[in-house]
Amino acid sequence: MSYALDQKQLDRIEEILKTDLIDNGVRCVFLIDMAGNIITNLDNGEKQHDIYSLAALAAGNFGAVSAMAKIIGESEFSLLFHKGKKENIHFNKISAEFLLITIFGNDISLGFLRLKVSESVEQLKRIMESLMSAHA
Amino acid sequence: MAFVNLKSKVIQVKIVYYGPGRGGKTTNLEYIYQKFRQRINSEMVTVKTHGDRTLFFDFLPFDIGLINGYNIKIQLYTVPGQVKYNATRRLVLRGVDGVVFVADAMTVRREKNIQSLENLQENLTSYKKGLNTLPWVLQYNKIDLREQGIPLLPVDVLEGDLNREFHAPHFPASAVKGTNVVATLKKIISMTIASIKKEFL
Ligand SMILES: Nc1nc2c(ncn2[C@@H]2O[C@H](COP(=O)(O)OP(=O)(O)OP(=O)(O)O)[C@@H](O)[C@H]2O)c(=O)[nH]1
Ligand SMILES: [Mg+2]
Repeated sequence: MSYALDQKQLDRIEEILKTDLIDNGVRCVFLIDMAGNIITNLDNGEKQHDIYSLAALAAGNFGAVSAMAKIIGESEFSLLFHKGKKENIHFNKISAEFLLITIFGNDISLGFLRLKVSESVEQLKRIMESLMSAHA
Repeated sequence: MAFVNLKSKVIQVKIVYYGPGRGGKTTNLEYIYQKFRQRINSEMVTVKTHGDRTLFFDFLPFDIGLINGYNIKIQLYTVPGQVKYNATRRLVLRGVDGVVFVADAMTVRREKNIQSLENLQENLTSYKKGLNTLPWVLQYNKIDLREQGIPLLPVDVLEGDLNREFHAPHFPASAVKGTNVVATLKKIISMTIASIKKEFL
């Protein structure tokens, strides 16, 4: 089984991620699916990461945390965030199949980041609705 | 579940090496990594315990170039084979497009192979997939041990145990020596691409 996104959909997604996140100081943002595929990724041009490995690990990490939630009787953990000295990473679920990952520095507060991420997620949901129902 | 990016013309394909613990899944990926190093522009990712056993997965991205104008990115994964790691094993299988089942040809591992294949079927069922429709190949690994006089299962016994219902392609192999490692990989890639083509391209 496979699925596709066309140029128009991807342009729109990238525009949202750029204006909401990159232009607000986020270093790097990835939209991935739970299989570990990268749907799109943007960065502010400062640093190149090994994005395919990151996506594979992020999907695995998110899946593992969700499975832990289930075991202790939570439907999911609402905040998934790893804090480093200089870099932080934040995960936000878009639907059962899709995940938005942001990497940001200490110049942005977690509260502001979460606000901006949730604004983008609302818009992304609308674009990806057709895909989500196809996977449901 | 392969993802087709129509803008950048990239297709990402997920192939998972499955099979009993210590069967040689990680060794397959290590061989591929060494052999195609120039073509692989990132490190192999492994999440393992200190005994070298896979704890979560290994991951190796592998570009095979253009097919019908699409850049094909193969993502190779291994699962942890140890029985106790089923929760993580199932996670790795999510969105799988093709499977290599690495069986251990040692006679003492006969039951372990059968159990692992049953476990694969159970886990695929949880994603509404199955071995009758998913592209998959079998690898009968460690045939080099014959030289050391270690008892191995004859191919027809392995076929009877694991492949009687399916008639999937199978390869006797030695992951440490590299025998048929690339042949196995080529076969699963071509089968997986063919099935994506049928559906999409
Ligand atoms: N003789 C021989 N030994 C092999 C071969 N393939 C793997 N081994 C050895 O078998 C052991 C286990 O190999 P791994 O590749 O780590 O096995 P695995 O399937 O990844 O195991 P888990 O991660 O626990 O699921 C290692 O000591 C390998 O060197 C082979 O073709 N011949
Ligand atoms: Mg392993």
